[in-house]
Amino acid sequence: MATSVARSQIRAISTGRARRMGLVFLAIGVATLLLLGRGLEAGQKATFGLNPGFKSQAIKIPDLTLPVQPTIYTLAAIILILGAWQLIRGSRSANALLGVVAFCFVFAFLTWAARGKSFNLVGMLGSSLVRATPIALAALCGVMCERSGVVNIGIEGIMLMSAQAAVVVATVTKNLYMGLAAAILTGAIISALHAVMAVSLKVDQVISGTAIIIIGTGATSFIAARFLEKNINGLNNSGTFPVISIPVLSKIPLLGPIFFENGIIVYLMLALIALTHILLFSTKWGLRTRAVGEHPRAADTLGINVYLVRYVSVILGGMIAGVGGAYFTIGSVGRFDEFMTAGKGFIGLAAMIFGKWSPFGAFGSSLLFGFADSLQIKLQILRVHIPSEFLLMAPYLITMVVLAGVVGRAIPPAADGQPYEKQ
Amino acid sequence: MLRRTILVMLVAAMVIGLVASCAPKATPTPTPKPAEPTKAPPTKPPEPGKTYKVALVISLLGDRSFLDSAARGIGWAQERLANVETKIIENADVGEQQLAARAMAEAGYDLIITVGFGSADWTSEIATEYPDTHFALVDATLDVPNGTGLIFKEHDGSFTVGMAAAMLTKTGKVGFVGGMDVPLLRRFQEGYIQGVKYADPNVEVVSGWVGAWGDPTKGKELALTQYEEGADIIYAAAGKSGEGVLAASAEKGLFSMGVDSDQCYIAPGNVICSMMKMVDVSVFDAIKSLSEGTLEAGNRVYGLENDAVGLCYLYDIDTEFLDNGPADMAAKMTNEVIPAVKAAVQRIKAGEMCVKDHMEIYPCDNPAQPGGMGM
Repeated sequence: MATSVARSQIRAISTGRARRMGLVFLAIGVATLLLLGRGLEAGQKATFGLNPGFKSQAIKIPDLTLPVQPTIYTLAAIILILGAWQLIRGSRSANALLGVVAFCFVFAFLTWAARGKSFNLVGMLGSSLVRATPIALAALCGVMCERSGVVNIGIEGIMLMSAQAAVVVATVTKNLYMGLAAAILTGAIISALHAVMAVSLKVDQVISGTAIIIIGTGATSFIAARFLEKNINGLNNSGTFPVISIPVLSKIPLLGPIFFENGIIVYLMLALIALTHILLFSTKWGLRTRAVGEHPRAADTLGINVYLVRYVSVILGGMIAGVGGAYFTIGSVGRFDEFMTAGKGFIGLAAMIFGKWSPFGAFGSSLLFGFADSLQIKLQILRVHIPSEFLLMAPYLITMVVLAGVVGRAIPPAADGQPYEKQ
Repeated sequence: MLRRTILVMLVAAMVIGLVASCAPKATPTPTPKPAEPTKAPPTKPPEPGKTYKVALVISLLGDRSFLDSAARGIGWAQERLANVETKIIENADVGEQQLAARAMAEAGYDLIITVGFGSADWTSEIATEYPDTHFALVDATLDVPNGTGLIFKEHDGSFTVGMAAAMLTKTGKVGFVGGMDVPLLRRFQEGYIQGVKYADPNVEVVSGWVGAWGDPTKGKELALTQYEEGADIIYAAAGKSGEGVLAASAEKGLFSMGVDSDQCYIAPGNVICSMMKMVDVSVFDAIKSLSEGTLEAGNRVYGLENDAVGLCYLYDIDTEFLDNGPADMAAKMTNEVIPAVKAAVQRIKAGEMCVKDHMEIYPCDNPAQPGGMGM
């Protein structure tokens, strides 16, 4: 009896939400028509480049040329139809529809922005993946830690220190792989420190994480100003990992240049996503980790060593963040600068929440942020008349919109952030 | 959960604030002081046996560009001027820089040099409080009786590299990457575009703004995107973020242009040239005048006319590209670009044409015409 009442309440809430989504879709459709559909010259075309702008292994395919006006009208019509359908039927799979609507809107916007010009679509998607790499690695670190019940907001600090360690070791040893190893080691050490504070000493995990951020920014700035700057060539000039084209796969048009012509850190990121997913959801260890994150006492009574699981998870997470740190220096520009992570660790946390604490979800939302980032770069080039300050805000605006409930309620592991006291 | 999310956001806001504060930015404008009469006070003759103490208050060094150039000027003064003692105070935080400048004035320093257009307000405020100390400010004007502004005609300098870019491009498209979309950087950008169009009106310019001085990874992505769109030469005027542009040119085997200091050595063969902005010379000159007792109030303008801005080849600095770059481009540089740029510089110096200044500080009545070089 009681459960059926609760169920019908839940259904009422979710249909209410579904209806609201319908209204939102309709609003987006109208906005598409009004903002993008007005004042278009008939016969204008937009060209989307489907081949990379650089020398590439990929087989060339013809570029996509679309008539602007019909394309925008068609996309707006699709959005409106979906909105009306959602409003009337109140479909439960609103999130999937939201994806379609967002895709239509973005595509309409791109068509509008590229009217009368050409626009390299493959390049932008490739750049999205590269921009998403540090965010995804930060998010993965978050997933690893929080699935075991330890909140780690210090990812930004871990990445900064790893970035610096990577470039210094790579420059001194003249070996980029040593730099990568140093970054991973640094990540492990710093997160071990967090684990000691959070797991053994039961310090509030947010405070411990904050301390790591402050130590990270302070220590790296100090070392940079005191040592690196005095001897840039000897300590802070490592070069970067070359682009590796994977044979055969890189020849695939569209996908090849996006996924299979990258630096090693991008490949590592892709591999780590899959590995973390397998580790968490297909192994005994993963089951234990999730049990510890949801209900440590129950796990403990079944003989799982809660402390050990948490230590290992946090340290593994730190190593992943270390790879993320390495991206900034030896993966990208070959030198360290103060605060160069520029908030990616925090966006990574947002991506983790948006991705509902799962590796693939985190990857998907990182791609969204990466896409917003590279989109604003493209729009600057297309000279869309939006002030550059607003364009630069795009990734952060998306973070806020996404977190403010488009996603719906995200449920963290039940014991997330709670120290476990053994009795 | 909610509490935790709020905490996370708070911390994020704090750290982002920290990061933002390290970029040069304007402090809240104080109530304007009544303008002092700008007649130059009598300069004091040098006191024999006196050691002049000079302090440079600056953001974190190591950009191999603008900031390092100012520090280099201080280094020269320390080496070459016997009666000068120097000190450099680095701090990323503008508030701390103000404290440092005050402390140096209190400590009896004779000349305090501050850097950046964002420092203009607080420097003149502190200068009014310490009338016995002389202040010099790089990149903005100072209207106090004890202040000297060291300002540059970046539009003229950027014009010369724009010409070089237009003459050397093979794709008919060149790029510009700016640090922040502020008037001073617009001056770089528009000068560059005028130079490109003067040399060849058919060459297209794509521009982008990093939005930060210290984000090289973003600078790199911006550059890669511009290369993808067909640009083959990119002029980076973006402080440390510009290093990302230079790195991108090395990665793709394409070309870039540095700014402020000689940057060719950072990616030999890929960095074609640097737009020299001789902050080092201006800082050294100011200190030298001080030690000779001739440092006057007012503003010192550095431009092509006093060999302080422009394509590095004009001053035979930094000619490594001729050895490391592709042979055809190096030859074109020597045989066509350098003579053409020199001719244009002559015309600018002679007043036959001028480069429009975005900030409209320097009047320009007969701007360089697109395609003007071909005439």
